[in-house]
Amino acid sequence: MAERKIRVLIAKPGLDGHDRGAKIICRSLRDAGMEVIYTGLRRTPDEIVNAAIQEDVDVIGLSILSGAHNVLFPKIMTLLKEKGAEDMFVLAGGIIPDKDVIKMKKIGIAEIFLPGSSTKEIVEWIENHVKK
Amino acid sequence: MKKNEKSKKDLERLYQNWKSEKYSPALKKLSPEKKEFTTVSGKTIKELYTPLDLDGFNYLRESGFPGEYPFTRGIHPTMYRSQLWTMRQFSGFGTAEDTNQRYKYLLSQGQTGLSVAFHLPTLMGVDSDNSLALGEIGKCGVAVDSLADMEILFNGIPLDKITTSMTINPPAAVLWAMYIAVAEKQGVSPKVISGTIQNDILKEYIAQKTFIFPPRHSMKLIVDTFEFGAREVPRWNTISISGYHIREAGSTALQELAFTLRDGIEYVEWALRRGLDVDDFAPRLSFFFNAHNDFFEEVAKFRAARKIWAGVMRERFKAKNPRSWWLRFHTQTSGVSLMAQQPYNNVIRVAMQALAAVLGGTQSLHTNSLDETYALPSEEAATLALRTQQVIAHESGVINTIDPLAGSYLVEKLTEEMIQGAKKYFKRIDDMGGMLKAIELGFPQKEISDSAYEYHKAIEKKEKIIVGVNAFQMEHEPIPVLHIDESVARQQLARLKEIKRTRNNSQVKEGLRDLKKAAEDDVNLMPYILKCVKTYATLGEIIDSLKEIYGEYQEPITY
Repeated sequence: MAERKIRVLIAKPGLDGHDRGAKIICRSLRDAGMEVIYTGLRRTPDEIVNAAIQEDVDVIGLSILSGAHNVLFPKIMTLLKEKGAEDMFVLAGGIIPDKDVIKMKKIGIAEIFLPGSSTKEIVEWIENHVKK
Repeated sequence: MKKNEKSKKDLERLYQNWKSEKYSPALKKLSPEKKEFTTVSGKTIKELYTPLDLDGFNYLRESGFPGEYPFTRGIHPTMYRSQLWTMRQFSGFGTAEDTNQRYKYLLSQGQTGLSVAFHLPTLMGVDSDNSLALGEIGKCGVAVDSLADMEILFNGIPLDKITTSMTINPPAAVLWAMYIAVAEKQGVSPKVISGTIQNDILKEYIAQKTFIFPPRHSMKLIVDTFEFGAREVPRWNTISISGYHIREAGSTALQELAFTLRDGIEYVEWALRRGLDVDDFAPRLSFFFNAHNDFFEEVAKFRAARKIWAGVMRERFKAKNPRSWWLRFHTQTSGVSLMAQQPYNNVIRVAMQALAAVLGGTQSLHTNSLDETYALPSEEAATLALRTQQVIAHESGVINTIDPLAGSYLVEKLTEEMIQGAKKYFKRIDDMGGMLKAIELGFPQKEISDSAYEYHKAIEKKEKIIVGVNAFQMEHEPIPVLHIDESVARQQLARLKEIKRTRNNSQVKEGLRDLKKAAEDDVNLMPYILKCVKTYATLGEIIDSLKEIYGEYQEPITY
C-alpha cells in the first residue's frame, strides 16, 4: 500500500489579500509530494479549524500580513484545543514582528517562518516532524 | 542611404570582431561572474548595446520632445526644472487623531501631498464593529467608519491647498464622497479640491484581491465616478490605474506594464459605452507603477508606458485633447523587494528604486521605509524615506536635464522591447474578448503566479542574489517598530457607537433606501452616496445596502 501523503492546509486568516506567499508555499509543498488544500482568502478562525478537521490534515500553515495575528492566532489555537485537534502542527508565516514571534510560540504555534525563509526549510521541517 | 548601409555593415563586422576576438576570450580566461545575465524579470541582457540595436530609430517618431507627442521623454515641456515631483508618503495608522498628527508632521518636514492608508476593514467596506474587523482595527492603516472620522483625519489641513491621494478601491465612491463633504464643511468647493482615488477594481481581481462586488457592478460604480467627477469635481483624478500591486504579486516588469495599460483600455471602453466623451474623462485618468530593483528595466518601463498610452488614446480612441494622451503616474518603491534581514540595507534599495522612478519621469513618488517588513513605518523610518527623495531632488543633480537616459543604446532598446512586448499582450487579451474576460479565464492571474514562482525558485537556487538573505548573511539586532495596541480598537468602537446614537437615524434610513432604489434603477449613484455620508451613515451601512442589490464576488480558488 502506498504511504499516506502528508496533508497540509494552507489558510489565510485576516482581511488582507496578499496571497503571493501562500500560493508559493502551496506549490512548493505540492511539488515536494504533499497533499495541499488552500482555503482562499479571508477565512475566520472557525472556518479554518473546521476545514482542518474535515480534511484531516497533519499540518496547518497560516499566512497573514495584516497585523491581526495577535488576535486571530490565539483564537485558532483555542478552537483546535476545544475540538480535540491539538495534535496538528500549526505553522505560521507573514509579517510578524520578533516580539510577537515569542508570544505566538508560547500559545503553541510550532514554528514561524519569517520573510526570507526558504521553501526547502519549510518542506524539511514538515517532513521531519510529521514522519516521526 | 548607401553610405549608411555601408557604415552599418562595417559596424556590424567590427562588433562581431570585438566580440569573438576580445570579449569572449577575455571572458573565458577571467571566468564569467554568472552564467547568464538577466534582469529581475528574467530578461536576458546582452554584453553591449551599440547603434546596431537602434537600427531604424527615428528620433522624432520614437521620442520627440518633452511635452510633445508621443511623450516618451516626459509629459511636460519643463519637467523637474519647473516643478519637482510631488513627495507623497502613503501613511495611515491607528485612529483618525493619530494619523492627522502624522500628516501634520510630514507636511512640516517638507512633504508636499497627502496619501491616505486606510485600515483593512475600511478597504473592504466593513465597519469596525463587524466581526470581520476583529484584530484589524487601525493596524494596516487608519480606521474610517463614517464622515466623523474623516472630519478628524483632515482637521486643520486646508483642502484647497493640499492634494490628497486615497488608496481605496471597491468602496472608493464612498470615501471620495466623505472627502468632498469634509471640504464643503471647510468652505472649499468640490470644483477646487484636487487629488486621486485609486478606484481600480481590475487589478484587485488580478492581484491585490480587495474586492466586494462582482466585476460588472464594480465597473458601473467606477464609470459613475468618472461621470460625476467630470461634471462636479473637475480637478480630481477619479482613478489611478495601478500596476503596483500586479508587480508586488510577482509579475515581471513587462507584465506590470501590459496588464496595467490594458486595464486602462478596459475602463475607457466602459466609459465610452456609457456615452461619455473620451476627452471629458480621459484627462483625469492617472496611473500608478512600481519601482523595482532592476534600474534600467524600470526606467524603460516608465518611458514605454507614456509612449504606448499616448498612441492608444490618440489612435485607438481618437482623443483630441492632448491632455487625454498624457500618462501621468505616481510611483511607489517596491514593497516586496524589502528584506527583513539586515533591514538597513533597505534604505539603499529604496534610494536606487526612487532614482529609477525620477529618471523615468514620475509625477509623484512614495519611498518605502526600511522597517516595512515588520510593521507600519515608525516616525524615524518614515522621515528617512522622505529624506531619500529630498537628497535625490536637491543633491544628485539628476533633475538638471529632462529624461537624461534618452539616447542610451540600452535604455532605448529596452524601451522599444517593452512597447513591442506590451502590444503582444494587448493582442492576446483583445482576442480573449477584453480584460474582464481574461480575468474570468484567470489569464493575468496565472501569468503572474507563474512569474512569482519562477523568481522564487531563482532565489532559492541562488541564480539571483539577495544581499543579506541568500548571500552575505549575518545576525542583526532587532530594529524598533511601531506597535498598534488594542486601545485603538476600543476608541474607534466607542466613537462608532456614539455616532450611531447621536445622528438622525430616520435620515440615515431614508438615504440608504434612496440609494438602493437608485442602484436598482441603474442611475449614477454618486449624488445618493454623497447624501448618505452627510447623514453620517457608515461605510459598512452604505456598502451593505449595495450588496443587497449587487451581490458579492467569489474568487475561484487556484494556485
